[in-house]
Amino acid sequence: MCGVGKTLAEKILSVKTGGDVRPGDTIIAGIDLAFVQDTTGPLTIRQFEAAGFTHLAEPQKAALFLDHAAPSPNRGLANDHELLRRFARKTGCLIYDVGEGVCHQIVAESLARPGDVIIGADSHTVTAGGLGAFATGMGSSDTAVAFALGRTWLRVPESVRIEMKGRFSEGVGAKDAILSLIGQIGADGATYQALEFGGDAVAAMSLSSRLTMANMAAEAGAKVGLFPSDEITRDYLAEQGRAEHYRPISPDPDAEYDRVINLDVDSLEPVVARPHAVDNTAPARELKGTKVQQVFIGTCTNGRLEDLAVAAGILKDKKSVVRLIVAPASRRVLLVAIGAGYIQTLVEAGAVVLPPGCGACLGVHQGVLGDGEVCLSTANRNFKGRMGNPESFIYLGSPATAAATAITGEITDPREVI
Amino acid sequence: MLRGRAFKFGDGISTDHIVPGRLAHLRSNLPELAKHVMEDADPTFAARVKPGGFIVAGRNFGLGSSREHAALVIKLAGVSAVLAQSVARVFFRNAINQGLPVLICDTARIDDGDELAVDLVVGVVNDITNGNKLYFSRIPRVMLGILDEGGLIPYIQKYGDFKL
Repeated sequence: MCGVGKTLAEKILSVKTGGDVRPGDTIIAGIDLAFVQDTTGPLTIRQFEAAGFTHLAEPQKAALFLDHAAPSPNRGLANDHELLRRFARKTGCLIYDVGEGVCHQIVAESLARPGDVIIGADSHTVTAGGLGAFATGMGSSDTAVAFALGRTWLRVPESVRIEMKGRFSEGVGAKDAILSLIGQIGADGATYQALEFGGDAVAAMSLSSRLTMANMAAEAGAKVGLFPSDEITRDYLAEQGRAEHYRPISPDPDAEYDRVINLDVDSLEPVVARPHAVDNTAPARELKGTKVQQVFIGTCTNGRLEDLAVAAGILKDKKSVVRLIVAPASRRVLLVAIGAGYIQTLVEAGAVVLPPGCGACLGVHQGVLGDGEVCLSTANRNFKGRMGNPESFIYLGSPATAAATAITGEITDPREVI
Repeated sequence: MLRGRAFKFGDGISTDHIVPGRLAHLRSNLPELAKHVMEDADPTFAARVKPGGFIVAGRNFGLGSSREHAALVIKLAGVSAVLAQSVARVFFRNAINQGLPVLICDTARIDDGDELAVDLVVGVVNDITNGNKLYFSRIPRVMLGILDEGGLIPYIQKYGDFKL
Protein backbone atom coordinates (compact mmCIF):
# COMPACT_ATOMS: atom_id res chain seq x y z
CA MET A 1 0.00 0.00 0.00
CA CYS A 2 3.06 2.22 0.25
CA GLY A 3 2.73 5.37 -1.79
CA VAL A 4 -1.04 5.26 -2.00
CA GLY A 5 -2.65 8.59 -1.17
CA LYS A 6 -5.13 9.28 1.55
CA THR A 7 -8.76 10.33 1.61
CA LEU A 8 -9.84 13.15 3.92
CA ALA A 9 -10.89 10.65 6.61
CA GLU A 10 -7.59 8.73 6.43
CA LYS A 11 -5.60 11.94 6.43
CA ILE A 12 -7.30 13.41 9.50
CA LEU A 13 -7.10 10.16 11.48
CA SER A 14 -3.46 9.60 10.46
CA VAL A 15 -2.46 13.04 11.72
CA LYS A 16 -4.48 12.53 14.87
CA THR A 17 -2.92 9.17 15.73
CA GLY A 18 0.55 10.00 14.41
CA GLY A 19 0.40 6.88 12.26
CA ASP A 20 -0.43 5.74 8.76
CA VAL A 21 -4.00 4.58 9.12
CA ARG A 22 -5.91 2.64 6.49
CA PRO A 23 -9.56 1.60 6.12
CA GLY A 24 -10.44 -1.27 8.44
CA ASP A 25 -7.81 -0.37 11.04
CA THR A 26 -9.07 -0.09 14.61
CA ILE A 27 -7.50 2.91 16.32
CA ILE A 28 -7.66 4.88 19.52
CA ALA A 29 -8.00 8.58 18.75
CA GLY A 30 -7.69 11.61 21.00
CA ILE A 31 -10.87 13.70 21.08
CA ASP A 32 -10.81 17.45 20.44
CA LEU A 33 -14.42 17.88 21.50
CA ALA A 34 -17.04 15.59 23.03
CA PHE A 35 -20.56 16.84 23.57
CA VAL A 36 -24.08 15.86 24.52
CA GLN A 37 -27.48 17.47 24.31
CA ASP A 38 -30.40 17.54 26.71
CA THR A 39 -32.01 14.25 25.62
CA THR A 40 -28.78 12.21 25.61
CA GLY A 41 -26.82 14.11 28.29
CA PRO A 42 -28.60 12.81 31.41
CA LEU A 43 -27.79 9.17 30.52
CA THR A 44 -24.22 10.23 29.70
CA ILE A 45 -23.84 11.74 33.16
CA ARG A 46 -25.32 8.64 34.79
CA GLN A 47 -22.92 6.38 32.85
CA PHE A 48 -19.99 8.68 33.72
CA GLU A 49 -20.87 8.41 37.39
CA ALA A 50 -21.64 4.67 37.21
CA ALA A 51 -18.12 4.10 35.89
CA GLY A 52 -16.81 5.90 38.95
CA PHE A 53 -15.47 8.93 37.08
CA THR A 54 -15.45 12.29 38.81
CA HIS A 55 -13.28 14.44 36.54
CA LEU A 56 -13.21 15.31 32.86
CA ALA A 57 -10.05 14.69 30.87
CA GLU A 58 -10.17 18.33 29.73
CA PRO A 59 -13.19 20.44 30.75
CA GLN A 60 -12.74 22.80 27.79
CA LYS A 61 -13.13 19.86 25.39
CA ALA A 62 -16.48 18.77 26.84
CA ALA A 63 -19.73 20.57 26.13
CA LEU A 64 -23.40 20.30 27.12
CA PHE A 65 -26.17 21.80 24.98
CA LEU A 66 -29.75 22.48 26.08
CA ASP A 67 -31.39 22.60 22.66
CA HIS A 68 -33.72 19.67 21.98
CA ALA A 69 -36.41 20.63 24.49
CA ALA A 70 -35.59 24.24 25.21
CA PRO A 71 -37.20 25.97 27.02
CA SER A 72 -38.30 22.81 28.80
CA PRO A 73 -41.86 21.73 28.01
CA ASN A 74 -42.44 19.67 31.16
CA ARG A 75 -41.19 18.61 34.55
CA GLY A 76 -39.20 15.57 33.42
CA LEU A 77 -37.13 17.55 30.92
CA ALA A 78 -36.79 20.53 33.26
CA ASN A 79 -35.23 18.19 35.82
CA ASP A 80 -32.92 16.77 33.15
CA HIS A 81 -31.82 20.33 32.36
CA GLU A 82 -31.02 20.86 36.02
CA LEU A 83 -28.96 17.65 36.07
CA LEU A 84 -26.90 19.00 33.15
CA ARG A 85 -26.41 22.40 34.79
CA ARG A 86 -25.23 20.77 38.03
CA PHE A 87 -22.76 18.61 36.10
CA ALA A 88 -21.37 21.69 34.34
CA ARG A 89 -20.91 23.51 37.63
CA LYS A 90 -19.20 20.50 39.18
CA THR A 91 -16.85 19.66 36.32
CA GLY A 92 -16.24 23.05 34.70
CA CYS A 93 -17.23 21.86 31.22
CA LEU A 94 -18.77 24.16 28.61
CA ILE A 95 -22.54 24.60 28.77
CA TYR A 96 -24.81 26.30 26.27
CA ASP A 97 -28.15 26.92 27.93
CA VAL A 98 -31.68 27.42 26.60
CA GLY A 99 -31.85 29.87 23.70
CA GLU A 100 -28.25 29.62 22.52
CA GLY A 101 -29.23 27.29 19.69
CA VAL A 102 -28.77 23.84 18.19
CA CYS A 103 -25.61 22.05 19.31
CA HIS A 104 -24.36 21.43 15.76
CA GLN A 105 -24.76 25.05 14.77
CA ILE A 106 -22.84 26.27 17.83
CA VAL A 107 -20.16 23.63 17.25
CA ALA A 108 -19.77 24.98 13.69
CA GLU A 109 -19.81 28.63 14.74
CA SER A 110 -17.61 28.44 17.81
CA LEU A 111 -15.86 25.12 18.44
CA ALA A 112 -15.03 22.81 15.52
CA ARG A 113 -11.70 23.21 13.76
CA PRO A 114 -10.61 21.61 10.49
CA GLY A 115 -8.79 18.37 11.31
CA ASP A 116 -10.46 17.90 14.69
CA VAL A 117 -11.86 14.58 15.87
CA ILE A 118 -15.24 15.28 17.43
CA ILE A 119 -17.77 12.94 18.94
CA GLY A 120 -21.25 13.86 20.08
CA ALA A 121 -24.16 12.02 21.62
CA ASP A 122 -26.29 13.07 18.69
CA SER A 123 -26.34 11.46 15.27
CA HIS A 124 -26.07 14.79 13.47
CA THR A 125 -22.65 15.44 14.97
CA VAL A 126 -21.52 14.72 11.40
CA THR A 127 -22.52 18.32 10.58
CA ALA A 128 -19.06 19.61 11.54
CA GLY A 129 -17.68 17.58 8.63
CA GLY A 130 -18.66 20.65 6.63
CA LEU A 131 -15.65 22.33 8.23
CA GLY A 132 -13.32 19.41 7.61
CA ALA A 133 -13.65 17.89 11.08
CA PHE A 134 -13.91 14.13 11.56
CA ALA A 135 -17.13 14.44 13.54
CA THR A 136 -19.33 11.47 14.32
CA GLY A 137 -22.31 10.54 16.46
CA MET A 138 -22.07 8.06 19.29
CA GLY A 139 -24.20 7.08 22.25
CA SER A 140 -24.17 8.18 25.85
CA SER A 141 -21.80 5.49 27.15
CA ASP A 142 -19.14 6.20 24.52
CA THR A 143 -19.41 9.92 25.16
CA ALA A 144 -19.22 9.43 28.93
CA VAL A 145 -15.96 7.52 28.50
CA ALA A 146 -14.63 10.14 26.07
CA PHE A 147 -15.44 12.85 28.63
CA ALA A 148 -13.33 11.01 31.20
CA LEU A 149 -10.47 9.62 29.10
CA GLY A 150 -10.29 12.16 26.28
CA ARG A 151 -10.15 9.39 23.70
CA THR A 152 -12.26 6.77 21.98
CA TRP A 153 -11.87 3.78 19.68
CA LEU A 154 -12.72 4.05 16.00
CA ARG A 155 -12.69 1.81 12.99
CA VAL A 156 -11.14 3.74 10.10
CA PRO A 157 -13.89 3.92 7.46
CA GLU A 158 -13.66 3.27 3.76
CA SER A 159 -14.45 6.46 1.85
CA VAL A 160 -17.04 7.09 -0.84
CA ARG A 161 -16.21 10.06 -3.04
CA ILE A 162 -19.14 12.23 -4.09
CA GLU A 163 -17.90 14.16 -7.09
CA MET A 164 -20.11 17.21 -7.56
CA LYS A 165 -19.81 18.97 -10.91
CA GLY A 166 -21.63 22.00 -12.24
CA ARG A 167 -23.64 24.87 -10.79
CA PHE A 168 -26.88 24.96 -8.85
CA SER A 169 -29.69 26.53 -10.87
CA GLU A 170 -32.08 29.02 -9.25
CA GLY A 171 -34.38 27.49 -6.65
CA VAL A 172 -32.10 24.47 -6.21
CA GLY A 173 -29.56 24.05 -3.42
CA ALA A 174 -27.56 21.84 -1.10
CA LYS A 175 -30.64 20.21 0.44
CA ASP A 176 -31.79 19.06 -2.98
CA ALA A 177 -28.33 17.68 -3.69
CA ILE A 178 -28.14 15.63 -0.49
CA LEU A 179 -31.75 14.38 -0.74
CA SER A 180 -31.04 13.39 -4.32
CA LEU A 181 -27.92 11.49 -3.27
CA ILE A 182 -29.71 9.67 -0.43
CA GLY A 183 -32.56 8.78 -2.78
CA GLN A 184 -29.97 7.29 -5.10
CA ILE A 185 -27.86 5.29 -2.61
CA GLY A 186 -30.49 4.56 0.06
CA ALA A 187 -30.75 5.06 3.82
CA ASP A 188 -28.05 2.42 4.35
CA GLY A 189 -26.08 3.30 1.22
CA ALA A 190 -22.97 4.43 3.12
CA THR A 191 -23.26 2.54 6.42
CA TYR A 192 -19.94 2.57 8.35
CA GLN A 193 -18.35 4.57 5.50
CA ALA A 194 -17.09 8.13 5.12
CA LEU A 195 -18.82 10.28 2.55
CA GLU A 196 -16.29 12.69 1.05
CA PHE A 197 -17.61 15.57 -1.02
CA GLY A 198 -15.52 17.20 -3.73
CA GLY A 199 -15.53 18.64 -7.23
CA ASP A 200 -15.93 22.10 -8.71
CA ALA A 201 -19.42 22.52 -7.24
CA VAL A 202 -17.97 22.04 -3.76
CA ALA A 203 -15.25 24.61 -4.34
CA ALA A 204 -18.02 27.16 -4.99
CA MET A 205 -20.32 26.01 -2.19
CA SER A 206 -20.93 28.17 0.90
CA LEU A 207 -19.95 26.81 4.30
CA SER A 208 -23.63 26.88 5.29
CA SER A 209 -24.50 24.62 2.33
CA ARG A 210 -21.62 22.31 3.19
CA LEU A 211 -22.98 21.95 6.72
CA THR A 212 -26.41 21.04 5.28
CA MET A 213 -24.93 18.25 3.19
CA ALA A 214 -22.57 16.94 5.87
CA ASN A 215 -25.49 16.96 8.34
CA MET A 216 -27.47 14.49 6.26
CA ALA A 217 -24.57 12.08 5.74
CA ALA A 218 -26.15 10.42 8.80
CA GLU A 219 -29.25 9.72 6.71
CA ALA A 220 -27.22 7.47 4.40
CA GLY A 221 -25.81 5.64 7.44
CA ALA A 222 -22.37 7.25 7.06
CA LYS A 223 -19.93 7.66 9.92
CA VAL A 224 -18.85 11.09 8.67
CA GLY A 225 -19.61 13.50 5.84
CA LEU A 226 -16.41 15.34 5.01
CA PHE A 227 -15.66 18.48 3.06
CA PRO A 228 -12.17 19.81 2.33
CA SER A 229 -10.98 22.79 4.35
CA ASP A 230 -10.26 25.59 1.86
CA GLU A 231 -10.65 29.34 1.31
CA ILE A 232 -14.41 29.09 1.98
CA THR A 233 -13.62 27.47 5.34
CA ARG A 234 -10.98 30.10 6.07
CA ASP A 235 -13.40 32.96 5.35
CA TYR A 236 -16.12 31.35 7.48
CA LEU A 237 -13.82 30.89 10.45
CA ALA A 238 -12.65 34.50 10.09
CA GLU A 239 -16.30 35.68 10.05
CA GLN A 240 -16.86 33.77 13.29
CA GLY A 241 -13.87 35.54 14.82
CA ARG A 242 -11.57 32.55 14.91
CA ALA A 243 -9.35 32.85 11.85
CA GLU A 244 -6.54 31.20 13.82
CA HIS A 245 -8.38 27.86 13.70
CA TYR A 246 -8.01 27.57 9.95
CA ARG A 247 -5.79 25.04 8.32
CA PRO A 248 -6.19 23.70 4.81
CA ILE A 249 -6.96 19.99 4.38
CA SER A 250 -7.59 18.22 1.11
CA PRO A 251 -7.53 14.59 0.02
CA ASP A 252 -4.54 13.29 -1.92
CA PRO A 253 -5.12 13.13 -5.69
CA ASP A 254 -4.24 9.42 -5.65
CA ALA A 255 -6.47 8.56 -2.69
CA GLU A 256 -8.35 5.28 -2.97
CA TYR A 257 -12.11 5.20 -2.67
CA ASP A 258 -14.53 2.36 -2.15
CA ARG A 259 -16.45 3.96 -5.00
CA VAL A 260 -16.97 7.30 -6.71
CA ILE A 261 -20.45 8.69 -7.27
CA ASN A 262 -20.92 11.53 -9.72
CA LEU A 263 -23.55 14.07 -8.79
CA ASP A 264 -24.44 16.29 -11.72
CA VAL A 265 -25.37 19.57 -10.05
CA ASP A 266 -26.44 21.26 -13.30
CA SER A 267 -29.33 18.87 -13.74
CA LEU A 268 -30.52 18.83 -10.12
CA GLU A 269 -34.03 19.98 -9.40
CA PRO A 270 -35.96 20.52 -6.14
CA VAL A 271 -36.30 17.17 -4.35
CA VAL A 272 -38.62 16.10 -1.54
CA ALA A 273 -38.45 13.02 0.71
CA ARG A 274 -41.86 11.45 1.25
CA PRO A 275 -43.11 9.72 4.43
CA HIS A 276 -41.73 7.77 6.26
CA ALA A 277 -38.19 7.37 4.92
CA VAL A 278 -35.52 9.86 3.89
CA ASP A 279 -34.59 7.80 0.83
CA ASN A 280 -38.20 7.82 -0.42
CA THR A 281 -37.49 10.81 -2.66
CA ALA A 282 -39.31 12.39 -5.59
CA PRO A 283 -39.02 15.63 -7.56
CA ALA A 284 -41.06 18.35 -5.80
CA ARG A 285 -42.99 19.02 -9.02
CA GLU A 286 -44.37 15.46 -8.97
CA LEU A 287 -45.92 16.04 -5.54
CA LYS A 288 -47.98 19.03 -6.61
CA GLY A 289 -51.43 18.76 -5.10
CA THR A 290 -50.20 17.24 -1.82
CA LYS A 291 -51.88 19.46 0.77
CA VAL A 292 -49.97 20.41 3.92
CA GLN A 293 -51.17 21.91 7.18
CA GLN A 294 -47.77 22.99 8.53
CA VAL A 295 -44.44 24.18 7.16
CA PHE A 296 -41.39 24.05 9.44
CA ILE A 297 -38.20 25.93 8.57
CA GLY A 298 -35.22 25.42 10.86
CA THR A 299 -33.01 22.73 12.46
CA CYS A 300 -29.33 21.80 12.20
CA THR A 301 -30.02 21.01 8.54
CA ASN A 302 -31.59 24.27 7.38
CA GLY A 303 -31.93 26.83 10.15
CA ARG A 304 -28.96 28.99 9.18
CA LEU A 305 -28.88 32.56 7.91
CA GLU A 306 -28.59 31.45 4.27
CA ASP A 307 -31.74 29.34 4.71
CA LEU A 308 -33.75 32.11 6.36
CA ALA A 309 -32.60 34.49 3.61
CA VAL A 310 -33.92 32.14 0.92
CA ALA A 311 -37.24 31.68 2.72
CA ALA A 312 -37.64 35.42 3.35
CA GLY A 313 -36.82 36.16 -0.28
CA ILE A 314 -39.67 33.94 -1.44
CA LEU A 315 -42.14 35.01 1.27
CA LYS A 316 -41.50 38.76 0.90
CA ASP A 317 -44.89 40.53 0.61
CA LYS A 318 -46.64 37.13 0.51
CA LYS A 319 -48.79 35.32 3.06
CA SER A 320 -48.46 31.78 4.25
CA VAL A 321 -51.79 29.97 3.96
CA VAL A 322 -50.71 27.27 6.45
CA ARG A 323 -49.09 27.22 9.91
CA LEU A 324 -45.56 28.41 9.30
CA ILE A 325 -43.02 27.73 12.04
CA VAL A 326 -39.49 29.13 11.90
CA ALA A 327 -36.70 28.18 14.32
CA PRO A 328 -33.34 29.90 13.78
CA ALA A 329 -30.47 27.47 14.42
CA SER A 330 -28.70 29.74 16.89
CA ARG A 331 -28.92 33.04 18.74
CA ARG A 332 -26.25 34.39 16.41
CA VAL A 333 -28.35 33.42 13.38
CA LEU A 334 -31.45 34.99 14.95
CA LEU A 335 -29.68 38.27 15.69
CA VAL A 336 -28.22 38.61 12.22
CA ALA A 337 -31.56 37.62 10.66
CA ILE A 338 -33.27 40.35 12.69
CA GLY A 339 -30.69 42.88 11.50
CA ALA A 340 -31.11 41.81 7.89
CA GLY A 341 -34.90 42.10 8.05
CA TYR A 342 -35.56 38.38 7.41
CA ILE A 343 -37.43 37.89 10.67
CA GLN A 344 -39.65 40.91 9.96
CA THR A 345 -40.47 39.50 6.51
CA LEU A 346 -41.19 36.01 7.84
CA VAL A 347 -43.40 37.27 10.68
CA GLU A 348 -45.30 39.53 8.27
CA ALA A 349 -45.87 36.45 6.11
CA GLY A 350 -47.48 34.78 9.12
CA ALA A 351 -44.59 32.86 10.66
CA VAL A 352 -44.39 31.83 14.29
CA VAL A 353 -40.76 32.32 15.31
CA LEU A 354 -39.51 29.81 17.89
CA PRO A 355 -36.49 30.29 20.14
CA PRO A 356 -33.18 29.11 18.66
CA GLY A 357 -33.03 25.34 19.09
CA CYS A 358 -34.33 22.11 17.59
CA GLY A 359 -37.94 23.33 17.70
CA ALA A 360 -40.51 21.02 16.15
CA CYS A 361 -37.98 18.58 14.64
CA LEU A 362 -38.14 15.71 17.11
CA GLY A 363 -41.66 15.80 18.44
CA VAL A 364 -41.18 16.94 22.01
CA HIS A 365 -42.93 20.31 21.67
CA GLN A 366 -43.47 23.45 19.58
CA GLY A 367 -45.21 22.06 16.52
CA VAL A 368 -46.40 18.49 17.18
CA LEU A 369 -48.73 17.39 14.37
CA GLY A 370 -52.34 16.22 14.71
CA ASP A 371 -53.71 12.89 13.43
CA GLY A 372 -53.59 12.78 9.65
CA GLU A 373 -51.79 16.12 9.38
CA VAL A 374 -49.02 16.74 6.87
CA CYS A 375 -45.90 18.86 7.37
CA LEU A 376 -43.29 20.02 4.89
CA SER A 377 -40.15 20.36 6.97
CA THR A 378 -36.59 21.45 6.25
CA ALA A 379 -35.31 18.95 8.86
CA ASN A 380 -33.37 15.78 8.14
CA ARG A 381 -35.77 13.03 9.25
CA ASN A 382 -39.31 12.05 8.37
CA PHE A 383 -39.58 8.77 10.24
CA LYS A 384 -43.00 7.69 11.43
CA GLY A 385 -43.72 9.52 14.68
CA ARG A 386 -40.71 11.80 14.37
CA MET A 387 -42.69 15.01 14.97
CA GLY A 388 -44.57 13.61 17.94
CA ASN A 389 -47.43 11.73 16.29
CA PRO A 390 -47.18 8.38 14.47
CA GLU A 391 -50.47 9.22 12.72
CA SER A 392 -48.96 12.22 10.90
CA PHE A 393 -46.92 12.61 7.72
CA ILE A 394 -43.64 14.45 7.14
CA TYR A 395 -42.15 15.52 3.82
CA LEU A 396 -38.60 16.91 3.76
CA GLY A 397 -37.46 19.66 1.44
CA SER A 398 -35.28 22.73 1.07
CA PRO A 399 -36.02 26.16 2.57
CA ALA A 400 -37.06 27.32 -0.93
CA THR A 401 -39.48 24.41 -1.31
CA ALA A 402 -40.79 25.06 2.21
CA ALA A 403 -41.42 28.75 1.53
CA ALA A 404 -43.11 28.03 -1.81
CA THR A 405 -45.26 25.37 -0.12
CA ALA A 406 -46.30 27.82 2.61
CA ILE A 407 -47.61 30.22 -0.05
CA THR A 408 -49.69 27.66 -1.91
CA GLY A 409 -50.64 25.23 0.88
CA GLU A 410 -49.51 22.26 -1.20
CA ILE A 411 -46.08 20.88 -2.00
CA THR A 412 -44.68 23.26 -4.58
CA ASP A 413 -41.57 23.37 -6.72
CA PRO A 414 -40.05 26.73 -5.70
CA ARG A 415 -39.24 27.50 -9.34
CA GLU A 416 -42.98 28.09 -9.80
CA VAL A 417 -43.01 31.06 -7.43
CA ILE A 418 -39.60 32.71 -7.89
CA MET B 1 -26.65 -20.39 24.98
CA LEU B 2 -29.51 -17.89 24.58
CA ARG B 3 -32.97 -19.26 24.07
CA GLY B 4 -36.34 -17.70 23.32
CA ARG B 5 -38.94 -16.92 20.65
CA ALA B 6 -38.53 -14.70 17.62
CA PHE B 7 -40.44 -11.43 17.28
CA LYS B 8 -40.20 -10.37 13.66
CA PHE B 9 -39.95 -6.84 12.32
CA GLY B 10 -39.36 -5.49 8.83
CA ASP B 11 -36.70 -3.28 7.22
CA GLY B 12 -35.76 0.22 8.35
CA ILE B 13 -36.88 0.10 11.99
CA SER B 14 -35.71 3.51 13.24
CA THR B 15 -34.89 4.63 16.76
CA ASP B 16 -38.13 6.62 16.55
CA HIS B 17 -40.00 3.31 16.12
CA ILE B 18 -38.08 1.88 19.09
CA VAL B 19 -38.33 4.82 21.49
CA PRO B 20 -39.83 7.98 19.98
CA GLY B 21 -38.74 11.53 20.76
CA ARG B 22 -42.17 12.40 22.15
CA LEU B 23 -41.21 10.27 25.18
CA ALA B 24 -38.04 12.28 25.85
CA HIS B 25 -39.49 13.35 29.22
CA LEU B 26 -39.31 9.70 30.37
CA ARG B 27 -35.62 9.21 29.61
CA SER B 28 -34.71 9.66 33.25
CA ASN B 29 -37.48 7.21 34.23
CA LEU B 30 -36.27 4.06 32.50
CA PRO B 31 -38.82 1.55 33.88
CA GLU B 32 -41.60 3.76 32.52
CA LEU B 33 -39.80 4.36 29.22
CA ALA B 34 -39.27 0.62 28.75
CA LYS B 35 -43.04 0.04 28.77
CA HIS B 36 -43.09 1.77 25.36
CA VAL B 37 -40.38 -0.35 23.69
CA MET B 38 -40.96 -0.69 19.91
CA GLU B 39 -44.29 1.13 20.32
CA ASP B 40 -44.38 2.78 16.89
CA ALA B 41 -43.37 -0.43 15.12
CA ASP B 42 -45.72 -2.75 17.04
CA PRO B 43 -47.80 -1.34 19.94
CA THR B 44 -48.45 -4.90 21.22
CA PHE B 45 -44.77 -5.89 21.47
CA ALA B 46 -44.11 -4.58 25.00
CA ALA B 47 -46.97 -6.66 26.41
CA ARG B 48 -46.08 -9.79 24.41
CA VAL B 49 -42.30 -9.96 24.74
CA LYS B 50 -41.01 -12.53 27.21
CA PRO B 51 -37.57 -12.47 28.83
CA GLY B 52 -35.11 -14.21 26.55
CA GLY B 53 -36.99 -13.32 23.37
CA PHE B 54 -35.25 -12.12 20.22
CA ILE B 55 -35.96 -9.13 18.02
CA VAL B 56 -35.55 -10.44 14.47
CA ALA B 57 -35.46 -7.65 11.92
CA GLY B 58 -34.60 -6.95 8.30
CA ARG B 59 -32.22 -4.32 6.94
CA ASN B 60 -30.76 -1.27 8.69
CA PHE B 61 -32.19 -1.89 12.14
CA GLY B 62 -31.85 1.09 14.52
CA LEU B 63 -31.25 3.80 11.96
CA GLY B 64 -31.57 7.41 12.99
CA SER B 65 -30.86 8.97 16.34
CA SER B 66 -27.86 8.20 18.54
CA ARG B 67 -30.16 7.78 21.56
CA GLU B 68 -28.71 4.89 23.52
CA HIS B 69 -32.13 4.53 25.15
CA ALA B 70 -33.14 2.54 22.05
CA ALA B 71 -30.72 -0.26 22.94
CA LEU B 72 -31.38 0.22 26.64
CA VAL B 73 -35.17 -0.25 26.51
CA ILE B 74 -34.75 -3.37 24.34
CA LYS B 75 -32.37 -4.75 26.95
CA LEU B 76 -34.70 -3.75 29.81
CA ALA B 77 -37.55 -5.59 28.06
CA GLY B 78 -35.54 -8.78 28.55
CA VAL B 79 -34.64 -9.25 24.88
CA SER B 80 -31.54 -11.45 24.77
CA ALA B 81 -30.26 -10.38 21.33
CA VAL B 82 -31.18 -8.46 18.20
CA LEU B 83 -30.85 -10.41 14.94
CA ALA B 84 -30.91 -8.42 11.71
CA GLN B 85 -29.74 -8.48 8.10
CA SER B 86 -27.90 -5.23 8.77
CA VAL B 87 -27.74 -2.67 11.55
CA ALA B 88 -27.12 1.08 11.73
CA ARG B 89 -23.71 1.95 13.09
CA VAL B 90 -24.58 4.02 16.18
CA PHE B 91 -27.23 1.52 17.26
CA PHE B 92 -24.69 -1.30 16.87
CA ARG B 93 -22.18 0.45 19.10
CA ASN B 94 -24.84 1.43 21.64
CA ALA B 95 -26.23 -2.10 21.86
CA ILE B 96 -22.81 -3.63 22.48
CA ASN B 97 -22.09 -0.86 25.02
CA GLN B 98 -25.27 -1.93 26.84
CA GLY B 99 -24.27 -5.60 26.70
CA LEU B 100 -26.96 -6.43 24.14
CA PRO B 101 -25.69 -8.76 21.39
CA VAL B 102 -26.49 -7.74 17.80
CA LEU B 103 -26.09 -10.60 15.34
CA ILE B 104 -26.01 -10.11 11.59
CA CYS B 105 -27.48 -13.08 9.72
CA ASP B 106 -30.03 -14.04 7.08
CA THR B 107 -33.14 -13.33 9.14
CA ALA B 108 -35.42 -13.98 6.15
CA ARG B 109 -35.09 -17.67 7.08
CA ILE B 110 -36.66 -17.09 10.52
CA ASP B 111 -40.43 -16.81 10.97
CA ASP B 112 -42.28 -14.88 13.61
CA GLY B 113 -42.79 -17.04 16.68
CA ASP B 114 -39.97 -19.51 15.88
CA GLU B 115 -38.11 -20.90 18.86
CA LEU B 116 -34.42 -19.96 18.61
CA ALA B 117 -31.27 -21.06 20.41
CA VAL B 118 -28.21 -18.87 19.88
CA ASP B 119 -24.67 -20.03 20.54
CA LEU B 120 -22.54 -16.89 20.80
CA VAL B 121 -19.29 -18.84 21.00
CA VAL B 122 -19.80 -20.93 17.86
CA GLY B 123 -21.62 -18.06 16.15
CA VAL B 124 -24.76 -19.87 15.15
CA VAL B 125 -28.52 -19.35 15.43
CA ASN B 126 -30.42 -22.61 15.63
CA ASP B 127 -34.02 -22.22 14.54
CA ILE B 128 -35.56 -25.09 16.48
CA THR B 129 -38.95 -24.65 14.80
CA ASN B 130 -37.77 -25.13 11.21
CA GLY B 131 -34.38 -26.78 11.79
CA ASN B 132 -32.36 -24.03 10.01
CA LYS B 133 -28.87 -23.15 11.19
CA LEU B 134 -27.83 -19.56 10.50
CA TYR B 135 -24.24 -18.46 10.98
CA PHE B 136 -23.78 -14.82 11.94
CA SER B 137 -20.98 -12.39 11.06
CA ARG B 138 -18.03 -12.03 13.40
CA ILE B 139 -18.35 -9.18 15.89
CA PRO B 140 -15.22 -6.93 15.78
CA ARG B 141 -12.72 -7.88 18.47
CA VAL B 142 -12.86 -4.67 20.46
CA MET B 143 -16.66 -4.93 20.60
CA LEU B 144 -16.50 -8.59 21.62
CA GLY B 145 -14.32 -7.54 24.55
CA ILE B 146 -16.92 -4.97 25.60
CA LEU B 147 -19.77 -7.48 25.17
CA ASP B 148 -17.90 -10.07 27.26
CA GLU B 149 -17.86 -7.67 30.19
CA GLY B 150 -21.58 -6.90 29.85
CA GLY B 151 -21.13 -3.44 28.36
CA LEU B 152 -18.79 -0.47 28.11
CA ILE B 153 -19.10 0.77 31.68
CA PRO B 154 -18.18 -2.56 33.34
CA TYR B 155 -15.46 -2.96 30.68
CA ILE B 156 -13.92 0.42 31.54
CA GLN B 157 -14.26 -0.29 35.26
CA LYS B 158 -12.28 -3.48 34.73
CA TYR B 159 -9.59 -2.30 32.31
CA GLY B 160 -9.54 1.47 32.86
CA ASP B 161 -9.05 2.08 29.13
CA PHE B 162 -9.72 0.60 25.70
CA LYS B 163 -7.75 -2.56 24.90
CA LEU B 164 -7.32 -3.12 21.17
